[in-house]
Amino acid sequence: MRGLRLRSNIDNLLTYGLVIVAYIVMRLLIAGGNISSALQGQLVPITAYIVMAVSLNLTVGVLGELSLGHAGFMSVGAFSGVITATLLTDTIPTTWLRLALAMLVGSLIAAIFGFLIGIPVLRLQGDYLAIVTLAFGEIIKNVMNTIYLGYDKNGIRISMESANALKLDEGGKVILNGPMGAIGITKLSSFNAGFVLILITLFIVLNLINSKSGRAIKAVRDDKIAAESVGISVWRYRMMAFVTSATLAGAAGALYALNYTTVVARKFDFNTSILILVFVVLGGMGNIRGSIIAATVLTVLPEVLRAFNEVRMLVYAIILILVMLVRNNVTLRQLFQKIGIKRRNSLANNKEGDDA
Amino acid sequence: MNSEIKKTKMVPLPSQSIIPERDIAQKPILEVSRLGINFGGLAAVEDFNIAVGPTEICGIIGPNGAGKTTIFNLLTKVYQPTSGAILLDGQDTSNMNTVQINQAGIARTFQNIRLFPSLSVEDNVKIGLHNQIGYNMVSGIFRLPAFFSGERRARKRVMELLDIFDMTHLASHRAGSLPYGAQRRLELIRALATNPKLLLLDEPAAGMNPSETEELMSNIEKIRDSFQIAIMLIEHDMRLVMGICEGIAVINYGKIIAKGTPEEIQKNPLVIEAYLGKKKGKIHVKRDRDPGLLQ
Ligand SMILES: Nc1ncnc2c1ncn2[C@@H]1O[C@H](COP(=O)(O)OP(=O)(O)O)[C@@H](O)[C@H]1O
Ligand SMILES: [Mg+2]
Repeated sequence: MRGLRLRSNIDNLLTYGLVIVAYIVMRLLIAGGNISSALQGQLVPITAYIVMAVSLNLTVGVLGELSLGHAGFMSVGAFSGVITATLLTDTIPTTWLRLALAMLVGSLIAAIFGFLIGIPVLRLQGDYLAIVTLAFGEIIKNVMNTIYLGYDKNGIRISMESANALKLDEGGKVILNGPMGAIGITKLSSFNAGFVLILITLFIVLNLINSKSGRAIKAVRDDKIAAESVGISVWRYRMMAFVTSATLAGAAGALYALNYTTVVARKFDFNTSILILVFVVLGGMGNIRGSIIAATVLTVLPEVLRAFNEVRMLVYAIILILVMLVRNNVTLRQLFQKIGIKRRNSLANNKEGDDA
Repeated sequence: MNSEIKKTKMVPLPSQSIIPERDIAQKPILEVSRLGINFGGLAAVEDFNIAVGPTEICGIIGPNGAGKTTIFNLLTKVYQPTSGAILLDGQDTSNMNTVQINQAGIARTFQNIRLFPSLSVEDNVKIGLHNQIGYNMVSGIFRLPAFFSGERRARKRVMELLDIFDMTHLASHRAGSLPYGAQRRLELIRALATNPKLLLLDEPAAGMNPSETEELMSNIEKIRDSFQIAIMLIEHDMRLVMGICEGIAVINYGKIIAKGTPEEIQKNPLVIEAYLGKKKGKIHVKRDRDPGLLQ
């Protein structure tokens, strides 16, 4: 009677458990000095990509709308986060607090952009969201390439021409330097911070999915006309899912950017959006744990494949294709189900048998 | 469009009531006057007038393509009427959309079942209860007490509703995996969950065998009696229509050609000619699956 519910609770616990265990294992490995410096450098980006994948899954898997510009929200969050962190350098010396505030501002700015995009687009039927988010990502990239921003005693200056045009005083500092991106960033992010952001993301996304609002979002995905017929505003729940998704991407962007001394807008281009979409598709639509695993494996893989150097992108592509084949192959799926990966469907299947 | 509606309301209306004796002292729950819609210049529904009593079961019959489903789509604002006025419980609905219509008290089922197939039976009904579950997004994410009490009450209500059709044992099943008859019943329960004053059923007995239809008939009456609501249904099964409807409207080519009690309808020569077929006495209509999207 409570099969599906119980299963979703166990599913969520497994997801948290996986993240916590992985974190502890990594901490132990780092303490033991068993991790290459290249991989250590990947830890924060991996946590940021996990948050990106989980948040995009909310739009693509749970809401069922295609977004091709998720990196755009990451970009907005990254640059507003860097600006916030830099401006607060003297006011708030506590590193973690400054990082938290930077992520908060990054997520709020990304939320505003998500909302503004959603107002016209989420009212329309059809695949307009894909087109508009794609354009959004490209526009943000190009705009960020032309912005110069700095501050001195007299406040913040912005220019679209050059860093010199900012006319900063002696003690002034350039934060955004046009095509050079954000420069002179103080590295605030850490693996611990990334871990906490993943937990917060999971808390928000999983609790949202398993609440009244999440049910409405899934109802909209399954059948818009039926959802409206039972009094569910399609626009409202599309907006809720999309803005939440953008918000979390903004926080991930701030985390990502504050891990480096410089960040360029090119980092958050169409390829990045597609990469995150690949995480979601390979991990499974609506499958949060799948997104986490896919984001981790596919970020680590190119590093591991460095040994193969020249052919590594080829191997990477082959692995991607193989995973997709396996996931979509009926015979293989049945084989997996026989050898015990059938938990997901077993309950319902058994009961159907009873009814027949 | 609004000015047009106001204008048409000024015009004296033809007699439209098919309210049964029982409801006559009360205000009608639904009053429709001169309702119409054109698709590319062709009138799919024209000059449709009806009044339905607050606890009436009324039927709409007519050949395939007559405009029956379109009438439901107009009442629920899936389509915007090109003319006419709809009053629900005395309230003008001309500025409402589909969501507001449901909140104002009309719920419906669809000719070609529209469930949320990937969700459980329980969740399907809970989505029907959505607007009665009193907690918001923040309480949901932070699991505040309102979340737990809201979910607990919703679950209790879901089980009560599922019990009407003896479906509690199916609560955890995926809606899309249910057999056809159970899907139809679930869709009806989901509509009922929204706490409507008027329930619209589009061919509820389609695909059911005689004994299932028999059970459905008694359940429809049971629902009307225990929930004290009006039910308007489209059906081709004459045993069901003649058996439980107190008033029947017959439409052909988008227009009402007859209105009355089941006895009157069965005797009406216009109806016999247009719809019931030339063969005397035997009432039978072949049902076909409409291809339309919004059935
Ligand atoms: N969205 C639409 N666009 C164009 N024509 C439509 C649309 N919906 C219904 N119609 C037409 O309206 C007429 C009535 O259809 P419908 O109400 O579905 O009939 P039924 O009485 O069988 O339920 C049909 O001729 C149908 O083709
Ligand atoms: Mg129809």
